[in-house]
Amino acid sequence: MTTTTEATRLAGAVGVAHTRVEGLDKVTGAARYAAEHHFTELAHGWMVLSTVARGRITAIDSAPVEAMPGVLAVLHHENAPHLAEASGFFGPDPTVQVLQNDRVPHVGWPVALVVAETPEQAREAAESLVVHYEQEPHDTVFRAGHPDTYTPGDDEDDSVEISKGDMEAELAASAVVVDEWYTTPEEHHNAMEPHGAIARWEDGRLEVIDTTQGAFATAQDLAALLSLDPSSVRVVSEHVGGGFGSKGLVRPHSVLAAMAATVVHRPVRVVMTRRQVFSLVGHRPATAQRMRLGAHADGRLRALDHQASSYTSRVMEYVESSAAISRVLYGADAHHTVNRVVPLDVPTPRWMRAPGEAPGSFAVESAMDELAERCGVDPVALRIRNEPAVGPVSGLPFSSRSTVACFEEGARRFGWAERDPRPAVRREGRWLLGTGVAAATYTAGVVPSTASVTAEAGGDFTVRITAADIGTGARTALVQIAADALEVPVDRIRMRIADSDFGQAMLAGGSTGTRSWAHAIVAAVAELRAVLVPGMEIPADGITVRGNSLDAVRGLAKLERHSFGAQFAEAAVDIATGEVRVRRMLGMFAAGRVVNPLTARSQLVGGMVWGLSMALHEEAHRDAASGGLVGGDLAGYHIAANADVPLIEADWVDEVDPHDPTGIKGLGEIGIVGAAAAVANAVWHATGVRHRQLPIRPDRVLAAAAERG
Amino acid sequence: MALATSSTITLHVNGERRTLPVDHRTTLLDALRDHLELTGSKKGCDHGQCGACTVLIDGRRAVSCLQFAVAAEGREVTTIEGVADGDTLHPVQQAFIDLDGYQCGYCTPGQICSAIAVIEEHAAGWPSAATEDVRPEAGAPPLDADEIRERMSGNLCRCGAYVSIVQAVARAAEAAQGESAQDKSAQGGDLAGAEAGTAVTA
Amino acid sequence: MREFGYERATDVPGAVALRGADGGTSYLGGGTNLVDLMKSGVERPALLVDVRELPLDRVEVTEDGGLRIGATVTNSDLAVHPEVRRRYPMLAEALLAGASGQLRNMATVGGNLLQRTRCGYFADTSAPCNKRVPGSGCPAIAGEHHNHAILGASTHCVATHPSDMAVPLAALDAVVSYETVDGPGELPLADFYLPVGDTPHLETALPPGALITHVTVGPAPVAAVSHYRKVRERASYAFAIGSVAAALAVRGGVVEEVRLALGAVASRPWRARAAERALTGGPATAEAFAAAADAELAAAKPLPDNAYKVTLTRNLIVSELTRLAEESAR
Repeated sequence: MTTTTEATRLAGAVGVAHTRVEGLDKVTGAARYAAEHHFTELAHGWMVLSTVARGRITAIDSAPVEAMPGVLAVLHHENAPHLAEASGFFGPDPTVQVLQNDRVPHVGWPVALVVAETPEQAREAAESLVVHYEQEPHDTVFRAGHPDTYTPGDDEDDSVEISKGDMEAELAASAVVVDEWYTTPEEHHNAMEPHGAIARWEDGRLEVIDTTQGAFATAQDLAALLSLDPSSVRVVSEHVGGGFGSKGLVRPHSVLAAMAATVVHRPVRVVMTRRQVFSLVGHRPATAQRMRLGAHADGRLRALDHQASSYTSRVMEYVESSAAISRVLYGADAHHTVNRVVPLDVPTPRWMRAPGEAPGSFAVESAMDELAERCGVDPVALRIRNEPAVGPVSGLPFSSRSTVACFEEGARRFGWAERDPRPAVRREGRWLLGTGVAAATYTAGVVPSTASVTAEAGGDFTVRITAADIGTGARTALVQIAADALEVPVDRIRMRIADSDFGQAMLAGGSTGTRSWAHAIVAAVAELRAVLVPGMEIPADGITVRGNSLDAVRGLAKLERHSFGAQFAEAAVDIATGEVRVRRMLGMFAAGRVVNPLTARSQLVGGMVWGLSMALHEEAHRDAASGGLVGGDLAGYHIAANADVPLIEADWVDEVDPHDPTGIKGLGEIGIVGAAAAVANAVWHATGVRHRQLPIRPDRVLAAAAERG
Repeated sequence: MALATSSTITLHVNGERRTLPVDHRTTLLDALRDHLELTGSKKGCDHGQCGACTVLIDGRRAVSCLQFAVAAEGREVTTIEGVADGDTLHPVQQAFIDLDGYQCGYCTPGQICSAIAVIEEHAAGWPSAATEDVRPEAGAPPLDADEIRERMSGNLCRCGAYVSIVQAVARAAEAAQGESAQDKSAQGGDLAGAEAGTAVTA
Repeated sequence: MREFGYERATDVPGAVALRGADGGTSYLGGGTNLVDLMKSGVERPALLVDVRELPLDRVEVTEDGGLRIGATVTNSDLAVHPEVRRRYPMLAEALLAGASGQLRNMATVGGNLLQRTRCGYFADTSAPCNKRVPGSGCPAIAGEHHNHAILGASTHCVATHPSDMAVPLAALDAVVSYETVDGPGELPLADFYLPVGDTPHLETALPPGALITHVTVGPAPVAAVSHYRKVRERASYAFAIGSVAAALAVRGGVVEEVRLALGAVASRPWRARAAERALTGGPATAEAFAAAADAELAAAKPLPDNAYKVTLTRNLIVSELTRLAEESAR
């Protein structure tokens, strides 16, 4: 067989709608997720979590549990294998230092793992384990102005404080000022597949089937924690039932499964219950954000002050950088942004879909709506009027920025021109109707990654890359990207992903996956082209080359690189019952090159559904007395159900980003950004009442209506 | 006398008789997943709060996580692995592929089993909470988007694929109604207007 | 979950004999609440008596024109039954508003009446709860209670009853029939649920070991014009934060007969008798409806975070009665 990569010129696969590569497996139940693999002698681990918010373990009555039927081991801090205080893929992660000491930092911290022959036995034994604690006073209540609030000192990322200009002077000189607080509650990812892993030793290697957004990083972290050679750990995550950030890093279930497999010398499965997911995989912390906007009478900003605060745990510092979005969206003569944190005795918050931008956009885009109202300027016009030419804080040019096109095209399709700007004037039966708009943006990032390409003897090409498809459509998109890079039809590409043995690659997160992996595949294909000569004979085991995008990524110009968008929503509010229904949403986005329109649309709409859900439903209730959640499950923590979601449309304007060879910007986060603000702004337009606290629950609508009389 | 806490039971799953010993605590969901290696039915919450474990029991949709296996003896169970006709996908399955009615795929088997039942329940004249007038004289409501949304609300989807799920159920329902089914679903009705892609093999 | 024995009953006397009066045995119907609570460790039966195959799965029209509903009739089958939809639309609507299609296919009428509160503290065995562990305290009163009771609660418990179905049944003066080893008995729904007082763990007046066999609803022509309206924190698949079952007959602008019951406000479905008294024989006007709602809700004792329920329930009563007055006039 001879290679034909030079011979065939095709219309590009990128940009054409393709159904999912793994679609058949998903609709027939053949797709296997982490906990669904079967092994003989599989043992089952069940976690025991702390029931106190702060203190230490004084005793664990393990003897009676060890005697229960089927119990193989009870691991706890006095007998568990030692974990190195290792620096993992993203730095040290104390949240996976489980069973290492007697400290209890929050409700829901792992204090033991019971391993048994069957899941039923493991569960009963775990529930029977008596753990004695010495409790200490705890504080789990987040509020603005908490005395322990501090400004984090790390200036490596955008969590630091940035200011320019004289804020107070510009505010004083402003014709119109908005000065309001906005709050968002504790929110949880709740990927439909709870975290689970199966760990086993196989020929001297630790093999882990995990549900992870980054198999390579997880393998590296496990090796470091267990003091193993990195090459002796393999992690695979063929199918992942949603992640949204919660599966971005190694989580306690995988560590515990690996520890248990080492102790009992058998394959061990550890799966979190839904309730356990609420304390062990990160979540979005509650935020309180003060927005001060000062503007000329025509709405042009003179002052923008975005002061965000949120909480972190006492285990490690996590900063929800809610104010960062204001450094991208709008310029002002005086510009101040800061993200502060307060440590509490709570589970550690972590990245959750559009970390920072999701709550941050609710604050800034609600405030902009208030500014539009007070200036008497149309909300769309106000955004266009404040469109910056360069990065408002950095001064760097944008690689591409099509915000205005998104607003103009979105407004046209949504019928914005017919909108009566007055609030509370449209009624349909018991419903008051209103429309709202908000801007969206999210950083377009890229991380150097590696991939291999094999020219097979049969004429096909096999691509191996430690990418993950967590529902994004990555597997399919990468087939299209590889096909175009190789200039062959998509049916000649075999895509192998989600295996740490394929080498280093960026995880599926932060809207960086597809762009990072595309760079790596392009680099690998370039290597292959250097090796292949047209007409040459391909050996039976193919010709494999590896590519690394390190140089290509390092060579990229330093620019403001972001996707942008405009979110439109129509809401109906019954002020007699407090019910709010979203009637339609439209998102117009500019996100560079769209690889697969079919799955891209799904991902954007999915993000918008998250925004709707954030606006109306999502809120974890933490009990101040116990420090634990009340109703920490899918009945107590509401995510949008089908009946909540109207016809939502997402589309994009054509955008060519000349400053990246792939032209890709990423789509995972931007759909949620601004969506909650658009809904909240629509609720204001419907009722004349401004909701600055999410979610907009019926009781809050009723209370707000009562206040107005 | 000590009570027996396990039993050997026979389950009828996807047309097959499967005899297995079960701990009484084993749910039908766990029996399917752990004992029969039918892992298509998913465990999302294990408490009847998400619908990912939906199967058909005696032809009706049910959450298998709240059904003890021992209590399912003698009932006909159909899982996602059993809804296709050999190599021919059920119209609901095909519509989910064509209209991208999923993302991560974890809720998908439950969504599909539920949708199959929704179409049958509607054909049997069952009203829903979205039905304006539930009195029998009012007749069965059309299976419009609002009816599908309400009837499918017992299946949560965290990826937020509801819009295309509704379109997929509508398309499959059209096909089931058999009114020149193939032509109509290919064109797409009001609800089935999403872009359909071509298959990619890899 | 601890190990348990399992027996499948085939007739009613056999079921009650298997059950006995031992607190360690439970009847298993659809399991939608019991299995959930067993997994949470709230219920720990040593023996389950499966009653799903008992011959109690029929809905029959009684001689006087009412309905006799078997205890194992599923919520779905009852909701779609033509006689239910024709005679008591509010009952069909309440059933359809509950849970999800899957759960309604499993849940039974008897089990629905006996389901436990969805208070988050009750379901969490690491939390105190007077209903689960008498005397341990009620953290909801000072804690998370925005969906708790405003009527009939006590300082010991502020949980609500979660059933939608039971709300119209209360309005319809349903009667619960049961069987025990000592013979059958009956309880009007009004007496079925016990007051909370200082014994929130005692929820019903059923004798120990009793098996609900039927629920009987009398003929109520007024219910031909009736509705169930439910408000919840998402559009579907959620428990109520407020609900109303209402039936109204208006002649010549005067309320001839009214049935009104409220959900999500108390430890039981709340029959709004004060409102009914205020309305009967009076004008069918929005003012009268509001006054009647106020009469009923005068007894409300809200907590800081659930005071909205007074407004919500009041507005729901007015809105539903107004709608029914229009329909009744047609």
